[in-house]
Amino acid sequence: MKRIVACVLIVGFCACRAREAAVASREAAATSPRRIVSLIPAVSEMIYAMGAGDRLVGVSNYDRFPPEVRQLPKVGGLIDPNVERILELRPDLVMVYATQKELIERLERAKVPYYVYQHRALPDITETIRSVGARIGSTDPANTVASRMEQSLAAIRASMASLPHPSTLLVFGRDPGSLRSVYASGGYGFLHDMLEIAGGTNVFGDVKQQSVQATTEMLLARKPDEIIELRYGERMTAEQAAQDLRVWNTLASIPAVKNHRVHLLVGDEFVVPGPRVVDATRALAHTLHQEAVQ
Amino acid sequence: MPSIRRRLFVTVAAASLLLAAALVIAPLVGSTSISMSRVFDRSTPFADNTDAQIFFIARLPRVLAAALVGASLAAAGVVLQALLRNPLATSDTLGVASGAALGAMIAITFHLDFRVAGISSIPLASFIGSVAALGVIYALSSARRRGLSTTVLLLGGVTMQAFFSAVILFLQYWADFTDTGRTLRWLMGTLDVGSYAPIVAVLPVVAAAFGILATLPRPLDLISLGSEAAAARGVDVVRAERLALVSASLSTAAAVSLAGPVGFIGLIVPHLVRLIVGSDHRLVIPASMLGGAAFLIACDLVARTAFAPLELPVGIVTALIGGPFFLWLLLRAAR
Repeated sequence: MKRIVACVLIVGFCACRAREAAVASREAAATSPRRIVSLIPAVSEMIYAMGAGDRLVGVSNYDRFPPEVRQLPKVGGLIDPNVERILELRPDLVMVYATQKELIERLERAKVPYYVYQHRALPDITETIRSVGARIGSTDPANTVASRMEQSLAAIRASMASLPHPSTLLVFGRDPGSLRSVYASGGYGFLHDMLEIAGGTNVFGDVKQQSVQATTEMLLARKPDEIIELRYGERMTAEQAAQDLRVWNTLASIPAVKNHRVHLLVGDEFVVPGPRVVDATRALAHTLHQEAVQ
Repeated sequence: MPSIRRRLFVTVAAASLLLAAALVIAPLVGSTSISMSRVFDRSTPFADNTDAQIFFIARLPRVLAAALVGASLAAAGVVLQALLRNPLATSDTLGVASGAALGAMIAITFHLDFRVAGISSIPLASFIGSVAALGVIYALSSARRRGLSTTVLLLGGVTMQAFFSAVILFLQYWADFTDTGRTLRWLMGTLDVGSYAPIVAVLPVVAAAFGILATLPRPLDLISLGSEAAAARGVDVVRAERLALVSASLSTAAAVSLAGPVGFIGLIVPHLVRLIVGSDHRLVIPASMLGGAAFLIACDLVARTAFAPLELPVGIVTALIGGPFFLWLLLRAAR
């Protein structure tokens, strides 16, 4: 973790240096950027949460929240960033994924400062908020947002501590109308952390990967007590949802199926590792322990 | 030289034994260990019996799907290698598999969600895609009254494959990132069908394909030597070639819609079989079908157990075996 932060800081530092050498007169602008392009939905949300949303001039194709991002120019995504559109927006800071090596090279050539983002586990989210805040000159509001999130998550964890932690299968994708290509959270990453805070035990907690492709046999053998399916980017009626969950009935020996503990949660806050993970964690806790959560 | 009847009997009996062994052993082994006495324990209701559910819902359909897909792809490989007189021809060569892949991509990218007779949208869409590809190939072959030129078919197939791949890339460009990941996984091929319905649904198609194939061993023997020679020996070459195309395409369509594009089966199995039984299609066809079924069951067994408790998509295993085999075959042909 420390290494990632260090990397981010070093890269950020180098970016600053490069820019300072090029445009020394606009030193102030480099420390407090006014025209930010974010290719990462989670980081866009963070910037809005720390009250700096008005400084965003471009976002990724996958940004949905807050609603204001819909008005902003779209500049591509993780695998297909549109460099020309990004440069056209004359950004003084671009938020990029660490894997976007080619984009980073081109930004360097164009002398555009950038911030390198990597998403991992839940604690990294508040770390990232603090580091983004420091980078864009919003240190105080960012720290406030991050601390408030940490307090809320700690409060949820505390209120769940005395309750039983049922073994839970957290599904974030499968083929429609069947139980093929079921993707579930493994024992690593923010979904896993959210589930554990929300009072569940990840049924694939021993598999140290972000995602597990679960076959029918694996689902049957793991016998989860609870199944939570996450959906995003689509609207469905309660009737459609119920219809869609019915495919689980084939696997009647799974305790969650037998005891009608298969749940559907709809919303992109479950898959964007930004400030809304608190709401998402609360929703998970509510699903697992209705009685205990208000 | 023993009579063909005797050789046929020995070949089919040996291949059947191999398949029977695979069919019996494979469901007993998996990523979890289950107890057979629990599986057949009638005192517990099926809905509460985890071992029985793993055996009957997870493993048996997967093994049966492997058998069906392995047999279909191996048969298609035999037919196409004879038809195109090219040892490297497989169902991928004709673009049928990429047509199926395109269909599946469309269903995943546009979140199509419909069901017909218990079959969900992705296998249905991939079947439609492969039948569409078959339509183009058939039109291509019908356009030439005097039989199809193997060069035209090969080039047409390669072109279609390239074209479909381009459309797939175009779709992926617009697709959501998570959908792109799912399409990539689909392209690896997986046999985890989760129920018997998809298997039952493709059975009529496979039966039709194999029915046609049963009439073709002799014409294929002659065609693989050259179409003029075949015509001189009284074979209706145009008709035989079209029937062979339809049979290969239907079996590919069925296999791909069931399991995704599992690679290399159509290449490895027919060649191994020819090494053992020679080139007589009366022997090669049944032996390849039975051997293909057994081979894919074995590959899937590796996929299910090598990284237990995780299970790999079977396409990775066949590709890992198939790649080096392909190179060996090229070296051998070059000598």
